[in-house]
Amino acid sequence: MIKSNILKENPKMKILEGSMAVAQTVKTCKPNIVSAYPITPQTHIVEDIAQMVADGEMQADYIKVDSEFSALSALIGACATGARTYSSTTSQGLALMFEVLFNASGMRMPIVMTVVNRALSAPLNIWNDQHDSIAVRDAGWIQLYAEDNQEACDLLPIAYKVAEDKEILLPTMCCMDGFVLTHTFEPVVIPEESLVDEFLPSFRPDYVLDPENPVTIGAYGGPEIYTEFRYQQHNAMINAEEKIERAMNEFGEMFGREYNLVDGYRLDDADIVLISMGSLLGTMKDAVDDMREDGVKVGILKITSYRPFPKEKIYEKIRGIETGIVFEKDVSIGMGAGLLNDLKSSLYGKKQTPSLYGFALGLGGRDVTIDNIKDAVNKLKTSKLDDFGFINLREEVL
Amino acid sequence: MSSVQLFAPGHTACAGCGMPIAIKLILEGSGKDTIVVSPTGCLEVTTTRYPQSAWGVPWIHSLFENAAAVASGVERTLKVLKRDANVIVIGGDGATVDIGIGALSGMFERGHNVTYICYDNEAYMNTGVQRSSSTPYGASTTTSPAGKLSFGEDRPKKDLPAIAAAHGVPYVATASIGYPKDVINKVKKAKEIVGPKYIHVLAPCPTGWRFDGEKTIKMAKLAVETGLFPVYEMEDGVITKVKKIKDRKPVDEYLKLQGRYKHLFKDDFKDQVKKIQEIADKNAEKFGLDR
Amino acid sequence: MSQSKKDETIKLIPGGITGPKTTIVNKTGSWRTFIPIFNKEKCNKCGICGIFCPEDCITEDEEGHRHPDYDFCKGCGICAEECPKDAIEMILDSKEG
Repeated sequence: MIKSNILKENPKMKILEGSMAVAQTVKTCKPNIVSAYPITPQTHIVEDIAQMVADGEMQADYIKVDSEFSALSALIGACATGARTYSSTTSQGLALMFEVLFNASGMRMPIVMTVVNRALSAPLNIWNDQHDSIAVRDAGWIQLYAEDNQEACDLLPIAYKVAEDKEILLPTMCCMDGFVLTHTFEPVVIPEESLVDEFLPSFRPDYVLDPENPVTIGAYGGPEIYTEFRYQQHNAMINAEEKIERAMNEFGEMFGREYNLVDGYRLDDADIVLISMGSLLGTMKDAVDDMREDGVKVGILKITSYRPFPKEKIYEKIRGIETGIVFEKDVSIGMGAGLLNDLKSSLYGKKQTPSLYGFALGLGGRDVTIDNIKDAVNKLKTSKLDDFGFINLREEVL
Repeated sequence: MSSVQLFAPGHTACAGCGMPIAIKLILEGSGKDTIVVSPTGCLEVTTTRYPQSAWGVPWIHSLFENAAAVASGVERTLKVLKRDANVIVIGGDGATVDIGIGALSGMFERGHNVTYICYDNEAYMNTGVQRSSSTPYGASTTTSPAGKLSFGEDRPKKDLPAIAAAHGVPYVATASIGYPKDVINKVKKAKEIVGPKYIHVLAPCPTGWRFDGEKTIKMAKLAVETGLFPVYEMEDGVITKVKKIKDRKPVDEYLKLQGRYKHLFKDDFKDQVKKIQEIADKNAEKFGLDR
Repeated sequence: MSQSKKDETIKLIPGGITGPKTTIVNKTGSWRTFIPIFNKEKCNKCGICGIFCPEDCITEDEEGHRHPDYDFCKGCGICAEECPKDAIEMILDSKEG
């Protein structure tokens, strides 16, 4: 009932499956080449794109490759020839791409890819967590995490704009939680194609494979130059922070939906800050609202941009707060977890920083409830804990 | 040197290397409106050490095992952006018959308009002469070494031209740099055929085969003249042309000149030379090599 | 081979875009032990030496005679081996000039 009211208020809003919404947004970005290999739970995105291509609604060429390795490799060839490119994958597919991920970034190919977050094997598990993309945070790709399906869509044109910026030229992952977002029907507004055209200039790289200007792309670099390649990538990633912010602001002005590298929720007077990325934030907001009613001064820091990692903006948001609890769907086996570790290192040596605790939860698709979040906060208030642990464990099987 | 040089000197291939000879001939056949994709290997490291490149045509390298996939992306983009160029891959045997065969199979099966050319030097030369599945029977390499109990490589060469043909690739050919016009003509012919093409070119490696650099062309001819490397064309899966041999030479004339076969001429492994002769005889029968 | 000073000042274009035929700064002639000496009298101008030269560094003059570019010739000896007229002789390179 609520939803139908929303639809009346905004005639552009549709109720779509997350995957369909993403596919329709990809269409508005007009990639020339799509190359992807099917893998659950990414399949609906690429099926929807294939259908749009088959129906002549989308002008892209879809290369139906033999593996994820070839999917991304084909896009390197396409991008180097002057194409705007798109792919999507998840979990094992992303792991199979590992070598190509680093290569695409080193070659400065502004490929955009939706990473549907899913657990890694073993044991084989098709459900959601974020171990896959977190594990490749060092590959030199921009990583943006969507909280909901609207954001999963809107981050795409933003991603292309930043990736293709000649001062950046870094491939970009738009991460969205598998099933939780991809297979859920939510009201979304697909970015209007005419506005995307205006927002996103056409892709015109300075160097492409062209017999008229026969450059060599992908030369090998010895010790005398390798460091400089990495230095340029590193700087591009750092500079991407400002570019993403600018693109998000511009997007907000044109489309009326605002995004930020990081966002606070009920943070102003908080003693405790809960920190996370992706769809977990929705559950956390409900938990925070409940706890606020009980008088607990708790708020949320949402991180949208994980690479670049906006450390100063994060510090500004959480400075002076006593305690921080990081909820994340990944583990750095034996040494905390990705977001927790990055937060700690980025805050090291700064004053008035919160004591940080990290919890791994929601792994391999396990449900995360409002109570799980509340319990974790209570646990921390009542007992002394290690800086990292698992919650909602089935102790009876261990 | 042809009038328009598309491949410059100053590359760092070993003296007498067969690979740059192959490149030169391939580019003469393909012409200047060519885009070359290459996998990792000797070719890549000796011709494109940053900030230099020997290539006078656009050239791209991404990884070891993905050249066919990269070429697929290049070819489709040319189509979508309505541009035209002859897309070729030039890769070594390891990148082609071993680690890159998955991507190559995909490229064949999808029917991309790409000519994939393997320069076959019969081992992983760039890493120090390790055995590939294109290493011939009896050859000693650093990972299939001859020893008290070993006569070297114990498996025959993988037959990639047959694998290509099984994909329905419309044009498959083998060639040897010992016959330059043949290499050039086959590349030219491939250019005129729409769809995937596969050319397998023998390019001897003085370092890995252990012979003196001036003998590279001799080796490239002897491999053919003994029947160990049959030169032929297949169109739509049918053999249409075979390079006939007058007075086929016994294989030991070829083997004796190379350090990688030296052990076969000791008493312990003498039977293996006979086995290699059998391979040549079988080739002669299968392809009708004898004139 | 040492990098020439000129190369070190080339600005790194992101991704390492490299210009065509730029290896010509590498004078691989310094590798040579034996040097090919071309005999005009014996030469029949067939050009086989040039076809097989791995460095592609043998040029043809107006009369059709061939000349190796000693800046690049690595002295592999293929030209001498393949010459049908024995018009090319490999001799120990003195490394002068």
